Amino acid sequence: MDLIKFLDEFTTDNLKETKTSRKDALMTFGSLSKKAAIAAIPFGLGAAFTTNSMARQSTANPVAALQLALKLEYLEDEFYDLALQSGVIPSGRPETVYMQISKHEQAHVTFLKAGLEGAGVTPVSKPEFDFTAGGAFDPFNNYEQLLALSQAFEDTGVRAYKGQAGNLMGSDFLTVALQIHSVEARHASEVRRLRGLKGWITRKERGAGMPEATQPVYDGEQNTTQAGVNVAGLSSGLIGNVEDAVTQAYDEPINAGTADAIASLFIKS
Amino acid sequence: MNKEIKEKRVTVHEPDLKAGVSRSQFLKLSGFAVAGSSLFLASCKSSTGPDDDDEIFDLGSGDLAVLNYAYALEQLEADYYTKVVNNFYSGISSEEEQVLTDLYNHEINHRDLFKAAISSVASDEQLLPTLEFDYGDLDFNNRDQVLGTAKVLEDTGVAAYNGAGKLLTNADYLLLAGKIVSVEARHAAAIRSLISPGTASFAGDDIVSTDSGLDAASDPSAILAAVGDTGFIVTPFTANNLP
Repeated sequence: MDLIKFLDEFTTDNLKETKTSRKDALMTFGSLSKKAAIAAIPFGLGAAFTTNSMARQSTANPVAALQLALKLEYLEDEFYDLALQSGVIPSGRPETVYMQISKHEQAHVTFLKAGLEGAGVTPVSKPEFDFTAGGAFDPFNNYEQLLALSQAFEDTGVRAYKGQAGNLMGSDFLTVALQIHSVEARHASEVRRLRGLKGWITRKERGAGMPEATQPVYDGEQNTTQAGVNVAGLSSGLIGNVEDAVTQAYDEPINAGTADAIASLFIKS
Repeated sequence: MNKEIKEKRVTVHEPDLKAGVSRSQFLKLSGFAVAGSSLFLASCKSSTGPDDDDEIFDLGSGDLAVLNYAYALEQLEADYYTKVVNNFYSGISSEEEQVLTDLYNHEINHRDLFKAAISSVASDEQLLPTLEFDYGDLDFNNRDQVLGTAKVLEDTGVAAYNGAGKLLTNADYLLLAGKIVSVEARHAAAIRSLISPGTASFAGDDIVSTDSGLDAASDPSAILAAVGDTGFIVTPFTANNLP
């Protein structure tokens, strides 16, 4: 599979939207910017919020949100297991960092499975992964690619959990999901800094050294309208480039379809 | 455990303690629940008359209270980093200066956004006033104190947002909180990495549960009691309708 071509196909804006097939789910890559624009509509305490929230548009229930989370955690957990076994990760800071991250992802898998089972739901089974994405990557022989995929997975995880928060409202799992979400953000920050980047995302920049194929992970992060307010015109006294600063200051969600599509690139079909 | 607390003692401002309140509450925010009163800075009552009591701002109820609560925390962070960037400690590295400048920018914008968002749906009387801050003898020229306090503020912010999510009824506010909390977590990891380079501290066992891999989440009362103990926030307010 040509990963770049594969992703490019879904960064076009000309597909119609439905919610059933995998292909249709994948096109959410392309419609992300439109949805971000819709989500920018002002809201208020008294306003109805039946539409327009990116956090509420895909999966309709907490179970689906948790199953998606589990799938992403399976992916991360296996990726880091294989990464640590590969011998590619240098000793010292990188190994220390990845051992800690791996420990958390493993705990997340265990925790989510137990949570689903406790709720009387059968957890999704672990997919069969292909971290070369059909030959596009070679992370367990190439440390730079390992780092790049790791950054993409962590930044995706942050966006995906954020996108499911609305589906978990009123559920006991909301707080737990938030507690995982912030751990993924800690991981993302450290992996990015390990790669020499800032710990936060500027505009929709994937960052130096990141393959173009990872761009869908960052599209939409350039949003400067928060809570209906243009945050670029909000503050006086910011230091440096204002748009850089205000896009860094907020992480953007992705919906279930986008998250699933990114994960699917690394799942054998 | 003792070692961890000792380390934090070095880096965190020694607050003026109210009688009978442990100074260590602010230092216990590593995922452990702290018993707290819903009355923030309750002791101010003893020095004010009944009329003054009426003037103490309450955060309100419902989503408004949560937004005002977040606004209070963002005001603190914004004010703190303003002081930091206006007087960088001597010998600061370029990386540290860049990180702290970014944090300043982000927190200023978070603060201003909450003010704008609350103002768009509530009256001036319902908007938390601009708070006054006092960092006591915290030495802004001391790297360990500056970064150590930043670490506590960022970890506290993460725990606060994680704990407040369930209190929100408007999904858009929940999403907004989600957009901010992950940036606070990125901050926390970066500050921790500056303090303890090359270690697992960015998501250390002192803050992320080794069993479940979960970050901290605390109720507003615990957060406010702990922040109150620092003495950083001079302006009294109450949170009578938050857990």
